[in-house]
Amino acid sequence: MLGFIARRLMQSLIVMAVVSAVSFSLFNFVGDPVNNMVGQDATRERREQIREALGLNDSILTQYGRFVGNMVQGDFGLSYRIKRPVDELILERLPATLELVFVSAILAMGFGIAAGVYTGIRRDSWLSRALLSGSLVGVSLPTFIIGIGLIYVFAVNLRWLPSSGRGGTVDLGWWSTSLLTADGWSSIILPAITLSLFQATMILRLVRAEMLEVMRTDFIKFARARGLGERTINFGHALKNTLVPVVTIIGLNIGNLIAFSVITETVFQWPGTGLMFIQAVDFVDVPIMAAYLVFVALLFVTINLLVDILYVAIDPRIRIGTA
Amino acid sequence: MTDAAHDRRDDGSEHPIRPDEDLRPRADDVGQPPPPGFWRRAADSDVFYSFVRSPTAMVAAAVTILSMLACFAAPLIAPFDPFDPAQISLWDGKLPPAWAEGGRAEYLLGTDNQGRDMLSTILYGGRLSIIVGLAAVFLGMALGVMLGVISGYLGGAVDALIMRVADVQLTIPGLLLAILINGIARTMLPPESRDELAIYVVIVAIGLTDWPQFARVVRGATLVESQKEYVLAARVIGLPSWLIMLRHVLPNVLRPVLVLATIGLALAIIAEATLSFLGQGIPPTTPSLGTLIRVGNEYLFSGLWWITFFPAIALVVLVFAVNLLGDWMRDALNPKLR
Amino acid sequence: MSELLEIEGLDVEFPTRRGVVKAARGVSLNVKRGEVLGLVGESGAGKSTIGNAIIDLLEPPGRVAAGEIRFQGESLRGRSEDEMRRIRGDRIGMIFQDPQTSLNPLLTVGEQLVETIRKCLGFSEEAAQTRARELLEQVGITEPEARLRAYPHQFSGGMRQRVVIALALAGEPDLLLADEPTTALDVSIQAQILELIRRLCKDRDLGVIIVTHDIGVIAEIADRVCVMYRGEVVETGEVSQVLGAPRHEYTRSLIAAVPRPDRRLERFASVDYIEGGVKPFKRIDVRTHWLGAAVRQAAATGPAVTVEGMDLSFTLRRAILPRNRKYLKAVDDVSFEIREGESFGLVGESGSGKSTVARIIAGLYRPDAGVVRLMGRDVSTTPREPEAKAARRALQMIFQDPYSSLNARMKVLEIVAEPIRFFRLAEGEADVRRIVGDLLDHVGLGAEAALRYPHEFSGGQRQRISIARALASRPRILICDEPTSALDVSVQATILNLLRDLQDELGLTMLFISHDLPVIRQMCDRVAVMRHGRICEIAPTERLFEAPEHDYTKHLLKLMPRMDLLGAA
Repeated sequence: MLGFIARRLMQSLIVMAVVSAVSFSLFNFVGDPVNNMVGQDATRERREQIREALGLNDSILTQYGRFVGNMVQGDFGLSYRIKRPVDELILERLPATLELVFVSAILAMGFGIAAGVYTGIRRDSWLSRALLSGSLVGVSLPTFIIGIGLIYVFAVNLRWLPSSGRGGTVDLGWWSTSLLTADGWSSIILPAITLSLFQATMILRLVRAEMLEVMRTDFIKFARARGLGERTINFGHALKNTLVPVVTIIGLNIGNLIAFSVITETVFQWPGTGLMFIQAVDFVDVPIMAAYLVFVALLFVTINLLVDILYVAIDPRIRIGTA
Repeated sequence: MTDAAHDRRDDGSEHPIRPDEDLRPRADDVGQPPPPGFWRRAADSDVFYSFVRSPTAMVAAAVTILSMLACFAAPLIAPFDPFDPAQISLWDGKLPPAWAEGGRAEYLLGTDNQGRDMLSTILYGGRLSIIVGLAAVFLGMALGVMLGVISGYLGGAVDALIMRVADVQLTIPGLLLAILINGIARTMLPPESRDELAIYVVIVAIGLTDWPQFARVVRGATLVESQKEYVLAARVIGLPSWLIMLRHVLPNVLRPVLVLATIGLALAIIAEATLSFLGQGIPPTTPSLGTLIRVGNEYLFSGLWWITFFPAIALVVLVFAVNLLGDWMRDALNPKLR
Repeated sequence: MSELLEIEGLDVEFPTRRGVVKAARGVSLNVKRGEVLGLVGESGAGKSTIGNAIIDLLEPPGRVAAGEIRFQGESLRGRSEDEMRRIRGDRIGMIFQDPQTSLNPLLTVGEQLVETIRKCLGFSEEAAQTRARELLEQVGITEPEARLRAYPHQFSGGMRQRVVIALALAGEPDLLLADEPTTALDVSIQAQILELIRRLCKDRDLGVIIVTHDIGVIAEIADRVCVMYRGEVVETGEVSQVLGAPRHEYTRSLIAAVPRPDRRLERFASVDYIEGGVKPFKRIDVRTHWLGAAVRQAAATGPAVTVEGMDLSFTLRRAILPRNRKYLKAVDDVSFEIREGESFGLVGESGSGKSTVARIIAGLYRPDAGVVRLMGRDVSTTPREPEAKAARRALQMIFQDPYSSLNARMKVLEIVAEPIRFFRLAEGEADVRRIVGDLLDHVGLGAEAALRYPHEFSGGQRQRISIARALASRPRILICDEPTSALDVSVQATILNLLRDLQDELGLTMLFISHDLPVIRQMCDRVAVMRHGRICEIAPTERLFEAPEHDYTKHLLKLMPRMDLLGAA
């Protein structure tokens, strides 16, 4: 069991090393960092000075080592455009993104799993059919269209909810939250629904598919042949076996929530990291792009590590080796 | 890790009843009919049977094919050419649809801010969206299938390398990667050809983010197939690896790829639209559906709803039809459900 | 004694797109308490359907169309799902074929037992615990206290099947349905499980219906037997009568096709009844044909196959630290020789390494150590040398599973022609087609088969296609890896006859691998017995069967089903 976790941890470290190498190479491939510092009209000597000062004349490996060293301490240098430390910028905007993703994840998982289990068990009820058809519409609606639609209906026409921004925030010192104010909540409703809808329908469909898969196994048939009740079979046997693949799926889905938060934040002008990233791409602000890349990978790897630990809790075949 | 247990086949005597086999004439029956040709076999196949029995699948296929045909025939059937400045006049800009107050009959769905006919721009834009989607899926599929078969069949270090690369790539959600690839590629292109090459950049960006899905599925299927005895028999005959992969493994792993490619097409069309909506994709000079929605979005608050609404509907209907088709295909091609 | 279960005129239907398939037609049978009824038949006979119909668990869209099922005098038909649930487990228990998949992997054995006992008997948690312990003891599991807390994956296959039996008996049913309960198990474990079922039947005065394809199982355990053929019961009676003096023509041919463990026959009795109107094979004259050309080539010196000191380990667990790595020694210092034209048998239980040896010889695995020589040429040390490759071409292999041994996407013509085309063994396409047609004729399929796809053929016919594909390389050595163990016994007889004919005509050297001792006795000149990757004993077949030397051989021979009931057919 410890071996299993250790192996996964090892893999995560390798993944992070590769991702950091990629984001390091961004600096070298995209644009000339010196130009970005001093502009086109600097003299040759001045450029050479800066190259030396930035360590650009060192070997690639040395530079990479320095990059990783700084990265581990959270130092990604200065933004080319805003000329402020990147880690500061990210930390400032991180609460907005994480709160949005958190609320969306709860919505997506709560609805997705409940509806998935329901449609898996009550295969032929009208509600199942409706949910299933609805879910197909759900996966066909691009996130930005959902966002625009919601804004048009609830913000522009009905004027019930704000169309952009985060509302009032409360500063907790190290974290500024909008989840403690009323207009903060009213601001997060539309973006959170937008972000969670696609993932919720995705989770619904996957949970249902897994449920049906488990229902076809021999041990369910054997449980039936022993006369066990539907409830016991559905919740005691089937659901538990569905959990392993579902946990994996949910791990991946949280990663996707972060990706799609870029769109949601753009549509709702939500002041989070996704919006910052898309602006950075527009201006080729490499330090921010690189930092965001590493940040997303780190989040993803952490979630997957948690998922692996959950596996161990769920599945005795991993917890205990064969006798 | 639990799949292997489920996939075990019973080698015991009694296979589940195989109705279709029992009723089919055995080859050693006297007076057997000649073997059916390709079309007869296709018409007789279970997949075709399930298709004609599913109205949803037929409607979805019809909508998909019709909208693709309409878009590809845009130069022939569109009332205007939105790229011909001679046909555009700013005086006709921002006209509502024909049935609304102030609408004009020649512009059925109204006009956009530049006076282009909405219906025509949607047809041309749809064509672009579909082309990008198809090309991107094809690129991702070709790359993924090839690497997946090689990885699964050869195993060892090659397998480890390919799958680790896929793992790393999967840590960055596809859309972010596409934005990144797209953003980087554009800065490396000379400014004057950026718009011209944008479409290819988008295709490559989406295609490159797609391949790990294909590779994983194909690798899994290849691992199963290459343990099967027909592959072992081919190895004992002494056929070289490339031939076995090409003739024996590849045709047998394509079934899940078909489903994945259909769903992938829907996702690729969405991805293109999303990139364009974020201003990272196809430029407004030759707009795709996503670009149209982006442009229209700026006028949404001033009440010009049709500039966004119609392209959005076109996009959603197209994607929905493709998804329906993929959904049906997943069930029809899944041997466990039959 | 009154009947426990009576079935009268039972029809079971499966509606499909190609019409309604009747899986059972007018089936009538009955079971008493304390009696084991065997339900025997080949695939498609509908025997499993009967068991599922009794407890109303037919796979949809199957349904009982007509007939009556009476259990302890009450009809079981038309019961609601709730009523059936109270009957399942409480009054009728069921065991399935595969113990690997019958248990929920995420719950402990104890949890599954307690849950079933509480549902069926209404016990308290504590009483159910005690009962679960007793049950495990009764089915022969030692240390039941500790085993209750274990998960299914911590049990071996045989032990798992014992747990499954304990679960089926947890509700103290009066009738036990066992669907192929030993098919997935090794012979030695099979004997123990059958013994257990028989004992429980007598001790608890249970009625037992055991569904099987294996005449040996019937001979071992059943009191009475029903023989099924294509959905109908063709014969019912006492085991000694049905096996010893069968009345129905089908039963007679079925029993004639069972390989005899007690003596060697020249040929298997042909089983005309099953295959319907089998045409006489149109065979080619091997002496003048392309196929016989290899026979006329000068034979190499030395034995056809030599294996010296062969070792192979599989990695079970990879780890960075060597002490954490786990290996399985699949083949351990194996050496033997197969003489030109000889038929050499390799016998052992699953996991004995017999198939691995075959695959190493065929070049599918590389051994860790040791040398393989074909016709005197070393083919294992430098397998990529052209000379080694050429030598390997003299060897072909026939596999176990007819459903996966042919590429479903290729026509039979492409399958059989592939080696001929690739190695340019014929001149021109017309020649290739003629040769493929002749080969298909020769294996008894007919040249017309060439234009069809594998899925259009039955298991036995597919195995004939595999044989034709192997012959297309004009091999001198043929490895048969359990070639008939996935086939019905009647089909097995015809395939074994074909293999023998081919060996005689072409002078093939044959390596025949099987877990089935009677089949080995019929097919082989010499036999090697394998266990845990090692060879225990090599001896001429008749000597091995009449006077085994190694203890393990004696043990295996003792486990062979008693076929003394069978008449002197």
